Amino acid sequence: MSMVRNTREAMRRDRVFRFLEPSPDFARPVDTSHGPILYVEDVSVRFDGFLALNQLTLSVDEGELRCIIGPNGAGKTTMMDVITGKTQPDEGKVFFGQNVDLLRLDEYEIARGGIGRKFQKPTVFEALTVFENLELSMASDKRVWSTLFFRLRPEQRDRIDEVLDLIGLLEHHEHVAGSLSHGQKQWLEIGMLLMQNPRVLLVDEPVAGMTGEETERTAELLVSLAGSHTVIVVEHDMAFVRSIARRVTVLHQGSVLAEGSMSQIQNDPRVIEVYLGDEA
Amino acid sequence: MTSIALVSRMLGPMLAALLLLTAASHAWAEAEAATPAPEGAMPAESMPETTTDFPAVEPDPVPPPEPQESVVAAEFDELPAAAEGNAAGDGSETLDETLADDAEPAAPNVETLIRQLPEGSFNDRRAVATQLAASGDPRVPDILSALAEGRLLATADAPPRILIRAATGTGGSDAISGENVPASVISGGTRIPVHNPLRNALRSLVAVATISAPDPEQRASALLRLMRGSIDSDLLAYLDTRVEREADPRVMDLLLTVRALARLNADTPEERLAAVAVLRGSLLNDVRVGLEATVARDADPDVREAAAEALDSIQSRIELYRFTENLFFGLSAGSVLLLAAIGLAITFGVMGVINMAHGELIMIGAYTTWFIQTLIPGALSSSILLAIPAAFVVAGLVGIAMERGVIQFLYGRPLETLLATFGISLILQQAVRSLFSPLNRPVASPDWLSGSLEVNPVLALTWSRIYILVFAILVFVALLLVMKKTSLGLKVRAVAQNRPMARALGVRTGWVDALTFGLGAGIAGIAGVALSQLTNVGPNMGQAYIIDSFMVVVFGGVGNLWGTFVGAMGLGMMTKFLEPHSGAVLAKILVLIFIILFIQRRPRGLFPKKGRAAEA
Amino acid sequence: MLTRRLFLSDWGGITVLVLLLAMTVAVPYANLALPPESPWHLSTYWVALIGKFLTFALLALAIDLIWGYAGILSLGHGAFFGLGGYAMGMYLTRQIGDRGVYGNPELPDFMVFLSYDSLPWFWWGFDMFWFAMAMVVLVPGLLALVFGWLAFRSRVGGVYFAIITQALVFALMLAFFRNEMGFGGNNGLTDFKDILGFSVQARETRVGLFVASAVVLILAYVASRYIVTSRYGRVLIALRDAESRTRFAGYRVEHYKLWLFVFSAMLAGIAGALYVPQVGIINPGEFAPLRSIEAVLWVAVGGRGSLFGAIIGAFTVNGAKTWFTTAYPEAWLFALGALFVLVTLFLPRGLVGIFRRKRKGEGA
Repeated sequence: MSMVRNTREAMRRDRVFRFLEPSPDFARPVDTSHGPILYVEDVSVRFDGFLALNQLTLSVDEGELRCIIGPNGAGKTTMMDVITGKTQPDEGKVFFGQNVDLLRLDEYEIARGGIGRKFQKPTVFEALTVFENLELSMASDKRVWSTLFFRLRPEQRDRIDEVLDLIGLLEHHEHVAGSLSHGQKQWLEIGMLLMQNPRVLLVDEPVAGMTGEETERTAELLVSLAGSHTVIVVEHDMAFVRSIARRVTVLHQGSVLAEGSMSQIQNDPRVIEVYLGDEA
Repeated sequence: MTSIALVSRMLGPMLAALLLLTAASHAWAEAEAATPAPEGAMPAESMPETTTDFPAVEPDPVPPPEPQESVVAAEFDELPAAAEGNAAGDGSETLDETLADDAEPAAPNVETLIRQLPEGSFNDRRAVATQLAASGDPRVPDILSALAEGRLLATADAPPRILIRAATGTGGSDAISGENVPASVISGGTRIPVHNPLRNALRSLVAVATISAPDPEQRASALLRLMRGSIDSDLLAYLDTRVEREADPRVMDLLLTVRALARLNADTPEERLAAVAVLRGSLLNDVRVGLEATVARDADPDVREAAAEALDSIQSRIELYRFTENLFFGLSAGSVLLLAAIGLAITFGVMGVINMAHGELIMIGAYTTWFIQTLIPGALSSSILLAIPAAFVVAGLVGIAMERGVIQFLYGRPLETLLATFGISLILQQAVRSLFSPLNRPVASPDWLSGSLEVNPVLALTWSRIYILVFAILVFVALLLVMKKTSLGLKVRAVAQNRPMARALGVRTGWVDALTFGLGAGIAGIAGVALSQLTNVGPNMGQAYIIDSFMVVVFGGVGNLWGTFVGAMGLGMMTKFLEPHSGAVLAKILVLIFIILFIQRRPRGLFPKKGRAAEA
Repeated sequence: MLTRRLFLSDWGGITVLVLLLAMTVAVPYANLALPPESPWHLSTYWVALIGKFLTFALLALAIDLIWGYAGILSLGHGAFFGLGGYAMGMYLTRQIGDRGVYGNPELPDFMVFLSYDSLPWFWWGFDMFWFAMAMVVLVPGLLALVFGWLAFRSRVGGVYFAIITQALVFALMLAFFRNEMGFGGNNGLTDFKDILGFSVQARETRVGLFVASAVVLILAYVASRYIVTSRYGRVLIALRDAESRTRFAGYRVEHYKLWLFVFSAMLAGIAGALYVPQVGIINPGEFAPLRSIEAVLWVAVGGRGSLFGAIIGAFTVNGAKTWFTTAYPEAWLFALGALFVLVTLFLPRGLVGIFRRKRKGEGA
């Protein structure tokens, strides 16, 4: 019964208030000497008895472009929530490189440390202009006092213009973000991600609502980012996945069902049954 | 104190002697030969000893008027009230005996006695009054108190008519027949004279007469009064005789306690030990006082030790009962919170609507109760029962009107809803103020809701609170069933979990919202019926509950109804257990601080909604 | 550059500032320089009334800053207003000296009445103006810091925050009603005589307090304007509209909220401190939850999210209240309640929203 469990959880004595624990930071550089930059091990997340993630184990190498697919409810978004610090798993480990325990960090620390995330639903700051959206996302000192007295430096302005150009919103930079089209918002959010200058990009459904041409350009952009960045893409659009994927992971019911190249995946009978089978 | 003792010493023997004369054949005399057992807890054993002492000490059956009177007079100045109660206790017992034993044939006719009252000296009058008190006649207490207050009149007829002038007004009644008598007759009567000593003695006799009453309640209260005075050996002996005859277990218990309390001053340590053993079981305050005195002053160390131990055992039992009482108060406060918060939990939990007018819906329920009571003034019980559905409907309709008129346009904007409903709460308050009055309305309680269940002297549970606790749980269970078993409940839960999907599946979400809000409001109305029995019903009453109710919801979480239940009971308990230490206001503040700290640990309450939907 | 940033396209703000400046000059002139017979003469009653409105406007500004820009609805800003007011009240009480009813030079009347034998420790220093003024900002600021830290770090927001702030102000009200607290209990602090050596009753002092209120309001407006036009202000709007996104952009949202909340509480404290000498009393009634919610209504009526709107709202609602409570005292609560409902239903952007051309996509 959930009541009993909840009560017990509230009374647990082994867990102190979180703010009393020392929080690790990124004082030490992220160590990726052994290959993987992101390492998820045996992670389980439970929502009211429903297992959103079930002993999920996954590792992504530095510079890789990884696609993650799976039917609805497979746990893709929850996995991203766990990596970015939004959801605390009930059990398991999540490491950034070999030395940074992501489970002990807050979202803002993870973001500052180099993991950027694009939401499934395009989320931009609608009341601010396109330019301001990018400016806010820019990697810089994000502490309270420095933002209060912040002045934009010329090279920072150049960087913003560069990204504006890249995402094709240069002529819209004075517009309020809320007035953009759905596809433009997707692009703006990718641009914001780039401004953060992250090492790992988690991209949730980047081409939803985009036209064919936009989709193509997005694919190009993501492929070009891979190598210098690690890119993890969650996507439903199989054509899109096929066009960019080198390595694909299939999630099903909260754990990894299969992993391999696109052709391997497409021929895996289990995958066909749970996922591709639906589509065919 | 000494003078009190003296009075009892004087009155007691006199009455006891009377008793002895008339009750020679009675059972207790048979036990005379038995020696008192050290553990003399059993009445039959310890009684005879004292009784046999009786005639030896005070053999004269005729009351010695002189010393008694002087003592009474002397003491009147000092401690009238105490003396009175005490003397009354003493006398009553003996007189009662007189009556209860086979003395009745010997006793003069009550009516004759009443007619004798105007005659003779003060002392004669006292003697007659004493006999009257012993008669056990139900008319006697009134007559004697009228005499004491100078309201007893006699006409010049022969035999005289004895009249009682009413305490107020000019009317009165006939003392013997009890019929009302016109003022003209009353004004023709002459006051039967009394003086201070007699008046004092009369007051005692009134109490005696009351004790003789057949009603065990009255006997019990007389015994409780007796406990506060000191008891001499004569009286003690008389108590023994009462023990023989008492049928009511509660009065019996009191009797034994009173007797044992008196025996704490007995001569032999064995007797005192026995008394302590009896007193162990009692929770009465006077018993504790008596035992404390024994602990402090008794000559025998064993007795002191036993008394101290008895005190400890009493103390720990009292603490247990105090704890039980706090527990009950906590549950009771919790049930009030539950009633107030449960409707809020529905509207907030299901619709995400903060209804600041919730308190005013409670107020509307309370006013409905008042209104129905004024409509059918005669039938309190049925008006309360009728008020429950009525308040549900009235408050529910107001709620539905609010939802359709205002709230439906504000979904997804919880802060705006909060402000708008706050505005509605101001309007409702002012409407009630203008319509009825800014003053509180009186709401009466039926008999079965007033008074309290006395478990023992330290634990009394108010009936109204017991009923409200039961009522709150009934409402809670009913609501639980509605949510789990009915199609409305199913739809409500569906809308709460996924509004667009529910709509896509053909649930009329607008209709469900209105009904849900109406349900929450209706329950607030029901809460108002219950609260009208506990607190004042006025335009501001809702405000007292709104913050508390929100605290319950915040504490319990909006995930499910059980959260509200545990939250309400938890906060109720916490408040009531803090209150004895900190006072009510500080307890409230501490609870608020606790909640603020609590949400550090669990920002979404004890029973949060989980899952992706809750994260959005 | 800075002035451009502060006032560019803030025409409403500039208008309100000009009006305030004009008032700062004209009101003292109309009261002190013009003879009472003149049709333009302003009685001292009006000076005190408008002065009171100015402090309310400052409170509204403080609320708008957190509600309009960071989306944090506080239903307990009366707590900070009241605490600032009490700090000032304590200074003024100490200035009474031996002119109280009991003539005790050390102890205020109510303490003599409650048979205190010495001043409680928390009254220490309040005979010094600078100390009292420091407390006016520090006490509300500290309370906001502790409370906000607890609330924001556990991500209490939206209606939950609104409710616990209401509980906070309610708890303070209960506490200050207690005589044992040492703040005069039910009656509060009153019968003030002097402020900085000037009689609080004197016309000149009233005008002085009026000018002080106006100047403080102008300065607070400019400071708030500086905040909301800085990058800090953009972070606030960002977290108001998409808190999660702001966090994933690397901002420690709690800190942004916290410091804004503290600043806002300090403004409210200053407003309370200016309010007390002008009305001559401070009592626990200032902590009544209704007062705090009413202040939120001023902002809602004026238009949340535009700083000058809050000032307009405070003046409008309080002006209406003054008129209503003398003309139709019965109807005031109806009017106030209806205002709450109508503004939320039909004027989500307040009075300012009527005049302002809606920029497409600008968040509410």
